[in-house]
Amino acid sequence: MKFNHEIVEKNIGLLAIFTVIAISFGSLVEITPLIFQKDTTEPVEGLIPYTALQIEGRDLYVREGCSNCHSQMIRPLRAETERYGHYSVAGESVWDHPFLWGSKRTGPDLARVGGRYSDKWHEVHLMDPRAVVPQSNMPGFPWLAENKLDGELTGAKMTILRNMHKGGYKGNDLYTDEEVAGAQKAVAGKTELEALIAYLQSLGHALK
Amino acid sequence: MSSFWSVWISVLSLVVIAGCFLLLRACSKNTTGVKEGESMGHSFDGIEELNNPLPKWWSYMFYITIVFGLIYLALFPGLGNYKGLLGWTSSNQSIGTEQGIKADSAAAIELAAKEGRYVQYDQEVKHADEKYGPIFAAYLATPLEELVKNPEALKVGGRLFLQNCAQCHGSDARGSKGFPNLTDSDWLYGGELATIKTTIMSGRHGMMPPKGGLPIDDSEIAGLAEYVVKLSGREHDETLAAQGQGSFMKGCFACHGMDAKGNKFMGAPNLTDDVWLYGGSRGVIEETIKHGRAGVMPAWKDVLGEEKVHVITAYVYSLSNK
Repeated sequence: MKFNHEIVEKNIGLLAIFTVIAISFGSLVEITPLIFQKDTTEPVEGLIPYTALQIEGRDLYVREGCSNCHSQMIRPLRAETERYGHYSVAGESVWDHPFLWGSKRTGPDLARVGGRYSDKWHEVHLMDPRAVVPQSNMPGFPWLAENKLDGELTGAKMTILRNMHKGGYKGNDLYTDEEVAGAQKAVAGKTELEALIAYLQSLGHALK
Repeated sequence: MSSFWSVWISVLSLVVIAGCFLLLRACSKNTTGVKEGESMGHSFDGIEELNNPLPKWWSYMFYITIVFGLIYLALFPGLGNYKGLLGWTSSNQSIGTEQGIKADSAAAIELAAKEGRYVQYDQEVKHADEKYGPIFAAYLATPLEELVKNPEALKVGGRLFLQNCAQCHGSDARGSKGFPNLTDSDWLYGGELATIKTTIMSGRHGMMPPKGGLPIDDSEIAGLAEYVVKLSGREHDETLAAQGQGSFMKGCFACHGMDAKGNKFMGAPNLTDDVWLYGGSRGVIEETIKHGRAGVMPAWKDVLGEEKVHVITAYVYSLSNK
C-alpha cells in the first residue's frame, strides 16, 4: 500500500486516534512509572495521617480555592528553602487526593506553614488578613467562623482514604474502626474556621 | 527505580525519538507521484494546493531538536536509572527521613561525590554556607551585649525579623491586638537579652484560664474589670472597684501579684501600667476575664536555628533600647 497522507487527512477519527497514540507515549514514559515508584507511593518517615478535623479542613482549603493563590510545593532552591523550610518531596503527598501543590503564588507557599503561627493568628488572619498584615491582598473568609460542621461525611471520607492505602501507615491502616466511628463526634459542632486552622497547622511537619 | 521501569522509560524514549526521525525522513521524500511545485490536483474556492516540500528551516530545526534531545539525555539523568555523564541532579528527592536531611551538606556532598553525582541544591547550600556561615558564626560567638552595638548585625536581624516575625508583630514591630508591641519597654516575660532569646528559641504559651480558673461568679466580672481599670490609673467607680478588689483577692494575685504588677516568670501581665495586649476598654477586659486568654509565640529554634535567633534577639532588643 502506498503511504498516503490523504488517508489521515480525510479521516478525522483516524487522525484523532493517531493523535492520542502520539500523546500517550509522553504519559507512558512520564507518568506510568511513577505509579510504581517507592518515592511516590510510600510516605516519608514522620508523616502522620490527617485527623478527622484536619480532613474537613483540607476539604475547605479545596472549597475556598486556597490553592489558586498558595502553592504547597517548596522547590529545591536555596532561596526557597531559606524562606519556607526544606524542599518538598513526593513522599509527603502520598495521602493527598488530589494533591494541592498548586502552581501559582500570589500568597506565600504553605507547604510548611504548620506551627509557624499561633492558632489565634490564623483566626485573626483568616477573618481579616489586614488586621495583622496591613500590606496583604488576601481576601477575608469571615463566613468560616459562622458555618458549623455536621461531620456527616467525615467518617466516609476517612474510610475511602483508608481503603486507598491499606496498611499504608507503618504497616497499619491509616485509621482504626474506632477513629472512623468517632469521626462525626470529633468534628460536629466545630466551626469551619477551626477545621481549616487544624489543617494548616498540620502541614509540613514530616520534614523541616 | 526497578530495572523494569528503567528499561521501560529508556526504550520508549529512544524509540519515540527514533520514530520522530523516521517520520521526518519519510515526510521529506516525495511519495505523491506529483512533481515538486506542481498542483496536487484539487482546489477549494479557487485555492490550489501545490506539492511543496517541507520548509528547509523547519526540517533542520526538527533535526536539531532531535540532536539536542539525544545530547541532553546523554548528559543529564533522563533515561531511567542512567545518571548521565555529568552526574547532575537538582536535589535528593529520595530523602525520606529527617536524619537524612539534617545531615550537613558537606557530608551529603561527599557522599554524592563518591557516587559520582553532583547535587545542585547541596552545592548551592554549600556555597551559601561558605559565604554566610562565618558571618553568622561570628555573630553567634559575640555576646548579645556586644552584638546590639553592631549596626550591621542589627540590619541583618531587621531583615530576618521582616521575613519571619512581622506577620504577627508587624513590620514596624508595634504588634496588634493579641500580638505584643516590641518597641515599648513593657515585657510579659522580661526584656533582658537572654530572656528575649529564650522566648524566640522555645516560644511561649500564655495561659490565662477563664476567670483565672477561680470560683468567680459572672456577676463579679464587671467589678473586677472596674478594679483593673482602677489599677491602670484611670477614672473609675470606687464602689464597684472595691467589690472587684474583693474578687481579685480570691486568687488573681497568684499570677498577677499582690501589687498587680504581674509576674514575668509566668508571663502574667502588669495590670498597673496602661499597656494592653488585647485592649484596655471595660468591655475587652471583661471579655478577657470571662473567656481567658492563651497567646502563643511559636518556637523558632528548629525553623531558624540558633545563629539567626541570636541576631534577631539583638534586633528586637534594640527596638526598645535605643
